[in-house]
Amino acid sequence: MNLATLDALAATAAVRSGAASAVEIAEAALAHIAARNPSLNAFTAITAERALAEARTIDRRRAQGETLGPLAGAPLAVKNLYDVEGLVTLAGSKIDAERPPAAADAFVLRKLSEAGAILVGTLNMDEYAYGFTTENTHYGAVHNPHDLAHVAGGSSGGSGAAVAGGLVSIALASDTNGSIRVPASFCGTFGLKPTYGRLSRAGTRPFVASLDHVGPLARTVGDLAAGYDAMQGADPNDPACAGRPVEPALPILEHGASGLRIAVAGGHFAGSGVAAEAVATVAKALGATRIVEVPEAARARAAAFVISASEGADLHLADLKSRAQDFDPMTRDRFLAGALIPAGWVLRAQRFRRWYREQVMALFREVDILLAPATPCPAPRIGQETIEIDGVAVPMRPFIGVYTQPLSFIGLPIVAAPLRRSGELPIGVQMIAAPWREAEALRVARALERDGVTNAEPALG
Amino acid sequence: MSLAGWHEGCDDGERMSRDDMVDQPLDVYVDAAAKLVGLPLDSEHRPGVVLNIGRIAQMAALFMEFPLPDETEPAPIYRP
Repeated sequence: MNLATLDALAATAAVRSGAASAVEIAEAALAHIAARNPSLNAFTAITAERALAEARTIDRRRAQGETLGPLAGAPLAVKNLYDVEGLVTLAGSKIDAERPPAAADAFVLRKLSEAGAILVGTLNMDEYAYGFTTENTHYGAVHNPHDLAHVAGGSSGGSGAAVAGGLVSIALASDTNGSIRVPASFCGTFGLKPTYGRLSRAGTRPFVASLDHVGPLARTVGDLAAGYDAMQGADPNDPACAGRPVEPALPILEHGASGLRIAVAGGHFAGSGVAAEAVATVAKALGATRIVEVPEAARARAAAFVISASEGADLHLADLKSRAQDFDPMTRDRFLAGALIPAGWVLRAQRFRRWYREQVMALFREVDILLAPATPCPAPRIGQETIEIDGVAVPMRPFIGVYTQPLSFIGLPIVAAPLRRSGELPIGVQMIAAPWREAEALRVARALERDGVTNAEPALG
Repeated sequence: MSLAGWHEGCDDGERMSRDDMVDQPLDVYVDAAAKLVGLPLDSEHRPGVVLNIGRIAQMAALFMEFPLPDETEPAPIYRP
């Protein structure tokens, strides 16, 4: 048993059975992080003191015969836009480094801590979550554990690299336009973007309030579901939190994909090359032969693009006016341009969102799960500017979100599941469900994992 | 729109924004809008801002040209 790279539920089982103490697991994880993080640059802070204190508490509670939480002893890290008590919430920026330390943990981090997860650190990201590659000028690029010359994706690149590299069992991330699903695809991990409004965002640095979601990455579907379940719950401190009842996914994870109507998303999502092959592999394994077209998905992506630019710029307007030079050059000009968008474009984008939602909800009367590529390609090289699609070079970075943006735009729950390709970088497939049906997407991902179609074994370098 | 269609659109957007820069309407818009909202633009940042407002305009054209029923309200709901 390699304590350093235990999956979350395996770590909890080891702690419960006494096969390992929480302190032993935390020490092994911290040693692994110390050895591996210098080459990955996934972490911006390592919270060794807190991790060991939390681990000691769990070991003491076990010794006293107390009931342990469902994630007791599982090493966890969070994207550095989550508030962690006593740490400055950077959100990938230099500007926010001047802020005072957070007074309390983010809501969902508190829930995971209550479940027994052990916080080992905070993770690198694109500045203010505005990017798909985590080539952060202030804190350095995150390197892909499968090939250090390649990006880990973004904006939750540190989350993808930390999970894929076996540095933590679960990482928290956020997804506005694809920032959970893109790193999951590029790093070969599972990722869950829940329904918009399912999980509280309170205590996380916003980017685009209309579109922001929080969620986990993990190497097993069981860990993904356990982390998701532990974070559920109403929270009046997030105005978008819908206050749904807790609907645990873990107890029904083994129900499999049977009984679910699964179709492949066509048209805009048809993809080509490796991305299309990945979807075809998953569709074949699930016996999904039907293709349905998601109407006007390209316009949906465009509307998400414009809303993001406008809301993101508004959030940071005071700093854009007074200290634009302190923004990361990778985000600055996009934020500045976003401050100049005519109001009518943003309002129309939000009206288009209503129309598009109605069209997609009509599709879900006929199907339960849609399959689509997570990214149009595997991880590009760090610094790569263009990507060739059907012989035409297009700007690489905005192109990465082409399949994720039209879906987060209307808040659908989605699991990104990774496919391994021998000697090549992994790539992910999206399992898209109707609103509030996270468990169905997780069941499909679990069925694929059980059958060996998808695999997120750590890349240990 | 197919993926091929999308990237052609993107490529057009790039080309259009460069042409526009030659013709300067985007420059004029950026300068006027920045002045209106009180956003100082460093001369080093300005070309990137013009390029990006061109990309945004191209994206906006995709849904602005699409007819919507008057009954379609904006998506965010405020619950007092």
